[in-house]
Amino acid sequence: MQAKERQYIIAPLYFGPFLMSEPLVTVQSVSVTLGGNAVLSDVSLTLAPGRITTLIGPNGAGKSTLARLVLGLVQPDNGNGSGGTVSRRKGLRVGYMPQHIKIDDSLPLTVDRFLWLAAPGPTASRRAALERAGVAHLRRRGVQQLSGGEMQRVLLARALLRKPDLLVLDEPAQGVDVAGQNALYGLLKTVRDELGCAILLISHDLHLVMAATDEVICLQRHVCCSGSPESVSRDPAYHELFGPGAGTPNLALYTHDHDHDHDLHGNATHSHEHSHHHDHDGPCNHD
Amino acid sequence: MIELLLPPLLAGLAVALVSGPMGAFVVWRRMAFFGDTLAHGALLGAALGLALDISLYVAVVAVCLGLAAALSGLQRQRQLAGDTLLGIVAHTTLALGVIAISLQTGIQVDLFAYLFGDLLAVGWQDVIGLWVGAIVILLLMLWQWRALLSITVNEELAQVEGIAVQRTRLLLMLLLALLIAGAIRTVGVLLITSLLVIPAASARRLTHTPAQMAAVASVLGTASVLAGLAVSWFANTPVGPSIVVAASSLFVLTLLRKPV
Repeated sequence: MQAKERQYIIAPLYFGPFLMSEPLVTVQSVSVTLGGNAVLSDVSLTLAPGRITTLIGPNGAGKSTLARLVLGLVQPDNGNGSGGTVSRRKGLRVGYMPQHIKIDDSLPLTVDRFLWLAAPGPTASRRAALERAGVAHLRRRGVQQLSGGEMQRVLLARALLRKPDLLVLDEPAQGVDVAGQNALYGLLKTVRDELGCAILLISHDLHLVMAATDEVICLQRHVCCSGSPESVSRDPAYHELFGPGAGTPNLALYTHDHDHDHDLHGNATHSHEHSHHHDHDGPCNHD
Repeated sequence: MIELLLPPLLAGLAVALVSGPMGAFVVWRRMAFFGDTLAHGALLGAALGLALDISLYVAVVAVCLGLAAALSGLQRQRQLAGDTLLGIVAHTTLALGVIAISLQTGIQVDLFAYLFGDLLAVGWQDVIGLWVGAIVILLLMLWQWRALLSITVNEELAQVEGIAVQRTRLLLMLLLALLIAGAIRTVGVLLITSLLVIPAASARRLTHTPAQMAAVASVLGTASVLAGLAVSWFANTPVGPSIVVAASSLFVLTLLRKPV
């Protein structure tokens, strides 16, 4: 899907300022306590159409909780009161791709039916959505027979099928290799451009996230730092969170030679020595 | 003979027809023990209905709904697992129901009929009530089919996609309570769950889609009622247990088939 082109990863910076229309979701100084533990405190976040926002942070930083807050699956402390407020644009259509879901074996459900539940309509639309996510061949398969990675693709197709205003993806790159991740982020950009939707990602992979994102939010129960990938990667708080080796300062100017094809499964169609020079081995201060 | 058999036959068919789709949801959502608990509570409802001299159906539905609400409240505490709570509630309500029925003075109440059903005693009035109830339940399920199925597949996805999860879950609970109230006469409180679970479980191996599974469960339930009634008539066995044994026999037959 992106053969013989020279991709500048600085590209997201160009998209930055042009689409600051009415926000879809506004989270304002929200605190969330779950089971007696303060998971989020004083977190603010704005999701605007056409922008890709990525949440990064160590395990237990509250990334999933923040995403679930945006989705309305978690409420701020004291409802929408002293624990902050969450407001959504009226009639917001949301596509959600959770990390994994478990469907009971007793339910005979094909991938096609599973997609129909999200958006009833002609078969062709479901086939197209699956095609997009690279799993058209799974349409007649039972959902219980899918591997974890296949289920993720199907969940992505299901989210896309709804033509969402807001797409929320929890760890979409998990278990996908670097080439597959490139393809995935390429797809997300295309979707963003086509639908003009906002995208909220949760990710662990710093480098690729940085490359494909308009705004990065570093989370450690509160917002450590946020902004464009370039500014975040220069922020001392970011380095404190992820260690000195994470994200070189010249990240945003780093170019990526792209002269091979690969699909969403990360299968390179002809092998190629990657000319990446990431400083990727720095210790991360995960706790 | 046909005048004698027709009301029980029609009553049993009404219950079996609804038990198909409802039983499918009970199986998919792993609510078998929950349904059993509501059914046990139904005996208490029946006793209250007798004591207060109100309609047995109204009393049973009221008690079932009360139990459902109490259970969802109890399940918020996390020290005891759901099935432990259900075990406590199910048998407490059953015990209370037996005590309440034994305390009834005046009319003689046949406890056995409530526990194991008394299909042969139903009259035309019951038949009409059961069919009206059956059609109402089926129409409501058809109308809310996508919502019901969505919350069964995954409640969080359903909520994100704009489905009123709480309301849909409440609807399912209400319909289940209605069905249990109606089914007391057919197979009795101790055997209701089997009429829900067994045909649906048999249908699983024969079908590819949720709707197919619900429909085939209805067919198998209907066949079980027919076979059970026939056996009961010719061999003079109790009707409710005969229907359950017929359903189980069908289940064993489906085991012979390779799963699809």
